[in-house]
Amino acid sequence: MAWTRKILRINLTQGSCVSEPLNMAWAAQYLGQRGLASKYLVSEIDPLVDPLSPENKIIYATGPLTGTMASTGGRYSVVTKGPLTGVIACSNSGGFFGAELKFAGWDMIIVEGKSPTPVYLHIENELAELLPADDLWGTTVWATEATLKKRHQDPLLRVSSIGRAGENQVLFAAIVNDLHRAAGRSGVGAVMGSKNLKAIAVRGTRGVGNIADPKAFMAAATAGKKMLAENAVTGQGLPTYGTQVLMNVINEMGALPTRNHRDVEFEGARKISAEAMHEKRASDGRSHLVTNQACFGCTIACGRISRIDETHFSVETRPEYWGANGGLEYEAAWALGSANGVDDLEALQFANLLCNEDGMDPISFGATVGAVMELYDLGILSKEEIGLEVPFGSAAALCKLAEMTARGEGFGKILGQGSKRVCARYGRPELSMTVKGQEFPAYDGRALQGMGLAYATSNRGACHLRGYMVSSEVFGIPVKTDPRETEGKPEMLKAFQDATAVVDSSGLCVFTTFAWTMNDIQPQIQAACEGDWSQDSLLQMGERIWNLERDFNLAAGITGKDDTLPPRLLNEPCKTGGSKGMVAEIGKMLPVYYSARGWTADGVPTAATRARLGL
Amino acid sequence: MQKSLHIDPGKCTGCLQCEMACSYEHTGAFNPSRSLIKVFDFHHEGRKVPYTCTQCAEAWCLNACPVEAIKIDAATGAKVVLDAVCVGCKVCTIACPFGTINYSHETGKVQKCDLCGGEPACAEACPTDAITYIDSDWTGLERMRKWAQKTDSAARV
Ligand code: SF4
Ligand code: SF4
Repeated sequence: MAWTRKILRINLTQGSCVSEPLNMAWAAQYLGQRGLASKYLVSEIDPLVDPLSPENKIIYATGPLTGTMASTGGRYSVVTKGPLTGVIACSNSGGFFGAELKFAGWDMIIVEGKSPTPVYLHIENELAELLPADDLWGTTVWATEATLKKRHQDPLLRVSSIGRAGENQVLFAAIVNDLHRAAGRSGVGAVMGSKNLKAIAVRGTRGVGNIADPKAFMAAATAGKKMLAENAVTGQGLPTYGTQVLMNVINEMGALPTRNHRDVEFEGARKISAEAMHEKRASDGRSHLVTNQACFGCTIACGRISRIDETHFSVETRPEYWGANGGLEYEAAWALGSANGVDDLEALQFANLLCNEDGMDPISFGATVGAVMELYDLGILSKEEIGLEVPFGSAAALCKLAEMTARGEGFGKILGQGSKRVCARYGRPELSMTVKGQEFPAYDGRALQGMGLAYATSNRGACHLRGYMVSSEVFGIPVKTDPRETEGKPEMLKAFQDATAVVDSSGLCVFTTFAWTMNDIQPQIQAACEGDWSQDSLLQMGERIWNLERDFNLAAGITGKDDTLPPRLLNEPCKTGGSKGMVAEIGKMLPVYYSARGWTADGVPTAATRARLGL
Repeated sequence: MQKSLHIDPGKCTGCLQCEMACSYEHTGAFNPSRSLIKVFDFHHEGRKVPYTCTQCAEAWCLNACPVEAIKIDAATGAKVVLDAVCVGCKVCTIACPFGTINYSHETGKVQKCDLCGGEPACAEACPTDAITYIDSDWTGLERMRKWAQKTDSAARV
């Protein structure tokens, strides 16, 4: 049945760790990970709760396929009310931590309350204990992992923790596991910090041995792996180039947001592309990229391990950054680079390392730097206010601001509030490139109409991972659509969003869907889990999850009016590229989307829709 | 043909499919902590190295065992632990220079790679061919071929 059927409930106020049975009726409706953790969260917290108060809860959840031989079956999600957005936050991470949690015998950890002093949670199979973390507080993710492995004499310990950004409640702080895999978005790390919970260290030796139909499962998993290997994107593109392969592609389409979305093409794109990662540097004759790296169980291996040039100004006096380390992904390279007009690949890698080391979301950080640079460019923010000059394109400013933000120094404290609050503070809220308080990722919503709608309607604020319309509008998966066309996009987006919610609830990585459809995913879930997991029931479950999240967000205070994009994307047309002259046509698509969803004209699920989905 | 496991660390992505396959074959559960092959991540060098028993011809473990619990599988050449005979004294773990035979507190016996009776699950599961099961007399053949391809006579016109 693939679930361990056990939840670990931690009350930090009381200092208690209690095992309780998983609600199997809910598991039958929400599968695991994103869906199931969201069900628990919305059932247990008041939607109006302050995200950084003890009344908020934070859930770490695996899926039924986490810890199995299904390719990419190693994911876990962190679900809480997000401090950046004020709506539900659900951030998904790979690496090895999720599988280890499952091997220890837990489907999920629910953390509530607030510890009076810093603590970390140590789990060894059924044993769970809260231990003092005073000596870890103020240290980085990397230092925390090293210290804990030593303290517990266990090199095989898997650690998920926050760095100084989470402690300082940077509103886009991430939770980082296995050094550079992150539950990155919406500020989940700040919630952990607000609770005085520094880290979760887990060691599991029980394994996952209760697959419903092992033979069928192994056959389905093997068939799935074969498909991934034979597919051009998952078998070649991603392992060779990683997600950064998109840089030149998206730029050439004129869909690469540049300098806080002023432009849609970046003249420096080639210099920060995946191809550039492969080129040999003039300085030391070595390429940036050292090798690729897989998450647990993943036969794609998109992860990058790279090395910074030792002579670069960012690291020349800091040998601790000279070794091979977690490298850039597309979204990070875009946010740190194109969004600020910075084309210095070494600087991007350095800022990315700082994001990993101290637990920050590079997308929101980079995009907020972009907003700061525009405010500076317009003369609204001065050198005195910031403490340094921050013109668009400044690699030095990018590196310095990363340090200041991670450590909560000077202007870094303000920057750490995210683009929406920074722009509001200086009287120019319209310059914030955000939806529901969360910064955009790396595709322009004017150039890719479907993606624009995806941002406007995403349940966690601007996000590419809730309905990746790029797949159709750029790659033609499953069918090619014209990125400038609005017709048919709302219906397609709904289908993408529902299917993605299924993948996010299973334990699998959404990148598999470059090659897999529900036809390939469904047999793996069905073989692993007891119950009816037909395609129809899975897709209905995806829709149920989407509406559950929507209900929570509405109760948390958002309305249909929040399903929109910043004025720049609605009014200022793309200046160049294939979509020159276009703005995001949200007004056209949104009513169609609402009706496809079975929502009222105000974006509220109707009673009939709720009844149909069993909500 | 006598075969042996051949490991090419340069190809390894660190996915641990091999560890899961091994544990599943031997225990029926996906459980890397019970895997007989381990993948090591030398993070700051950017290298992952899968490592397991190489089935020594003159096996230290076998020679050290006081109760003759380690036997040679005639078909595969694997040095195999007989659970019924092993008394869990761990002398073999001291003798083995490579650390690839280890005690399991759950079974009270030692465990090591047994080549899965001739169909190693790790090699089967590895998506990158970092682990292959090939002719033990010619594990260098592929490398020789690569160099051979680069080699030519200067006199050729
Ligand atoms: S595709 Fe990439 S992110 Fe997804 S599991 Fe594999 S290595 Fe991790
Ligand atoms: S299965 Fe292959 S690529 Fe994956 S960790 Fe093992 S040896 Fe490395």
